[in-house]
Amino acid sequence: MKYRLGIDVGGTNTDAVILDLSNQPIAKAKTPTTEDVTSGILKALDAVIEAAGISPAEISHAMLGTTHCTNAIVERSRLSPIGVIRLGAPATLAIKPLTAWPADLRSQLGKHSYVVEGGHEFDGSEIASLNENELRRIARELKGFVKAIAVAGVFSPVNPSHEVRAGEILREELGNDFSISLSHEIGALGLLERENATILNAAVVDVAKKASEAFRSALQSRGVRARMYFTQNDGTLMALDYAIRYPIRTVASGPANSIRGAAYLSGLSDALVVDVGGTTSDIGVLAKGFPRESAVAVEIGGVRTNFRMPDLTSLGLGGGSIVRRVGGRMAVGPQSVGFRLTEKALVFGGDTFTMTDVAVRRGMACLGDPALVRPLPAADVEEAFSTAIAMVEETIDRMKTSPEPVPLVAVGGGSILLPDAIRGASEVIHPPHFEVANAIGAAIAQVSGEIDRVWSLDGRQRADVLEEAKEAARQEAIKAGADPATIEIIEVDEIPLAYLPSNAVRLRCKAAGSLAE
Amino acid sequence: MGERLLTADDMEKLAIGATILGTGGGGDPYIGKLMAIQAIEEYGPVRLIDVEDVPDDELVIPTAMMGAPTVMLEKIPNGSELVKAFRAIEDFMGRKAAATISAEAGGLNSTVPVGAAAKLGLPLVDADGMGRAFPEIQMASFSVYGVPATPMVLTDEKGNLSLLQTISNLWTEKLARAATVAMGCSAMITLYPMTGAQVKACAVRGTLSYAIRLGEAVLEARARKEDPVARIVEETRGFRLFKGKIVDVLRRTTAGFARGTIKLEGIDDCKGRTMEIEFQNENLVAKEDGQVVASVPDLITLLEVETGTAITTEGLKYGYRATVIGMPCASVWRTPAGLKVVGPRYFGYDVDYAPIEERMATR
Repeated sequence: MKYRLGIDVGGTNTDAVILDLSNQPIAKAKTPTTEDVTSGILKALDAVIEAAGISPAEISHAMLGTTHCTNAIVERSRLSPIGVIRLGAPATLAIKPLTAWPADLRSQLGKHSYVVEGGHEFDGSEIASLNENELRRIARELKGFVKAIAVAGVFSPVNPSHEVRAGEILREELGNDFSISLSHEIGALGLLERENATILNAAVVDVAKKASEAFRSALQSRGVRARMYFTQNDGTLMALDYAIRYPIRTVASGPANSIRGAAYLSGLSDALVVDVGGTTSDIGVLAKGFPRESAVAVEIGGVRTNFRMPDLTSLGLGGGSIVRRVGGRMAVGPQSVGFRLTEKALVFGGDTFTMTDVAVRRGMACLGDPALVRPLPAADVEEAFSTAIAMVEETIDRMKTSPEPVPLVAVGGGSILLPDAIRGASEVIHPPHFEVANAIGAAIAQVSGEIDRVWSLDGRQRADVLEEAKEAARQEAIKAGADPATIEIIEVDEIPLAYLPSNAVRLRCKAAGSLAE
Repeated sequence: MGERLLTADDMEKLAIGATILGTGGGGDPYIGKLMAIQAIEEYGPVRLIDVEDVPDDELVIPTAMMGAPTVMLEKIPNGSELVKAFRAIEDFMGRKAAATISAEAGGLNSTVPVGAAAKLGLPLVDADGMGRAFPEIQMASFSVYGVPATPMVLTDEKGNLSLLQTISNLWTEKLARAATVAMGCSAMITLYPMTGAQVKACAVRGTLSYAIRLGEAVLEARARKEDPVARIVEETRGFRLFKGKIVDVLRRTTAGFARGTIKLEGIDDCKGRTMEIEFQNENLVAKEDGQVVASVPDLITLLEVETGTAITTEGLKYGYRATVIGMPCASVWRTPAGLKVVGPRYFGYDVDYAPIEERMATR
């Protein structure tokens, strides 16, 4: 018998599920996320394997979904000090790096930002030759002050040579292991959005490393010899070593998983989905069984990027959100006690007033020692509750596109905070296994294959080339483990390259299918 | 009449409205918006003045960007190009200009002159030369009324400057296009220097404030949970042509233009029907099941079905759901002289122009 393991490491809880071959959950577990991550994964793993009553060796695939990177960006915490180098001067000075970023994040990540001579024209020729001396000077200036560097060159998706050379120079100066994120490996055309995504990627590399090391060692120590995957923004899977280099691709994986999990659990194909975690709530739209994708540039923590991602709104509200009085009013979040909920929250004998305390005091949940929150003034609790619900209602209202109420599927451990009636929702559905929807979404995730190549159209029909590209993507998906019968082309991008001597086109094609057994 | 101050806040509305008028072209105004905001923050707000308030004998010089919009999303300008280009025309003509004006009302070229005006410390005239976006220099109302496009100056971020004197506006287009491609497919330009009297005679009036109002209406509709697409149709006196999913985008870039065909498969009430839209930077001809339903110079714009966000031709992607709308163009384009410059036949389509109101009446 073969089983599939889905683990979701949230800021607050680590969830685990085991599914059988027909995707039925046979066991689930929820444990607090720990500071070292590993012990939390181990606890969840032990609990879920025990509950399932199977041998670890019977697990064939293990999928990890993590909101580590997202939380780090949204909370502006655990971000590595970084340097930002744009290769493009004298072009691009009219809009400096980190323009239009939220001020708090810019002050953290924009301390060391430079625009250096270099970059390319649309045809791959140089705007200016790369100023290597300046790069070495910057490297020496940054040495000891930053842990990672983001490099974004003008037209690097067309000609990455300046970025690659800049990476070599920076490693020569800062050491081979120094973490350098090059924009052509992160994003597509669109300098500002690609640069933004690269900056965020550099800032969370450390966070992702910790998460994946924890995952690998946890599985190994328990004798699980499964193939390991991270889930990514489009709800499909990527291999572990890949995820460490491109952690930004995990940023929306949690919400993508929970939307797919919510669809699976509720049996609905059209609804709003709210996933309430410990630190944040994500509200997305389920359209015909899949997350509605955003047609516009997607913001992560208030920063514009050009990924294709689920259309989501995140708000700083979760079970661990800190409740406090600010200027005579009760304020909720965005600060959260996160995974320290069971030591910090009042119901657990801690000293911090959290949303979980609000839920327990209102009798919506039974956790810890309810006696400990009884002394809280009812008026304060009600005000905090109203504030939190108003935050959700406002966001639901923004995500909706017509005034008619639609069903709201509430998932995630923190969804106990939500009442059965919410303004703007025709009904609030709390499906079975709601608390582990995320892990279920990870466990049922598909595997994808992608190609990104330049094709010559000389003497060929465009349709034939397109078909060849799609077939190549299908083959990649099969190589990654997809069942050929289930593969669908989920993305086709065509970028013309008229400046090449021959008629050529850059095609990016993505195919996805279910994991073959 | 009168004037208003354009602030950084107005740029968001202007960007939304201008993308709708851009009819798929003109570029995503995001870059132009950020440039204008950076310039306004540095040099202060810009005075937007009515056409009637421009003295007849004063000089007005339009400011714009030229080239492939996709290039500008990557190679952002240096910021000093337009000031250099503006001063170069003033020097060549031996006189100072009193204001600048937009050459086109769509996309980047509606926000770019705001940034230029801020840096130059000059007012911006509330008008433009197209009332929408068009791909070529001679496709301006200024040209229809006989204003020469030259002296024209092109500058790039590297510091190159080129001054053109030509025998016709078609030649200006040819030479400027070649220079733009050589400069890396994007250049900053000043052209069509005009007197205030000429501006009054030939500009499409009030288009900047119109674009801002349109942007405002979209934001308002979203806030009130009303259908932004319906509001846009109402504000523009336009028509809802089709609702569908993009199933293919065929592109070819030639000499700095993005040409291609968009194929849509109908959804909801349009299920079972198909639409094809031909574009050359801008959307030019819309055909439903093979029949032409709208054509240039009328405006054809794809709007994201739910948010009403206009989708530019470089932003087109497989799978997007879009409502296609058609809007009547400025009256100058419906004259024989106008149609000769921007009618469907100029763009190589065997289509006779009929005003969209007439096409809709017989649909």
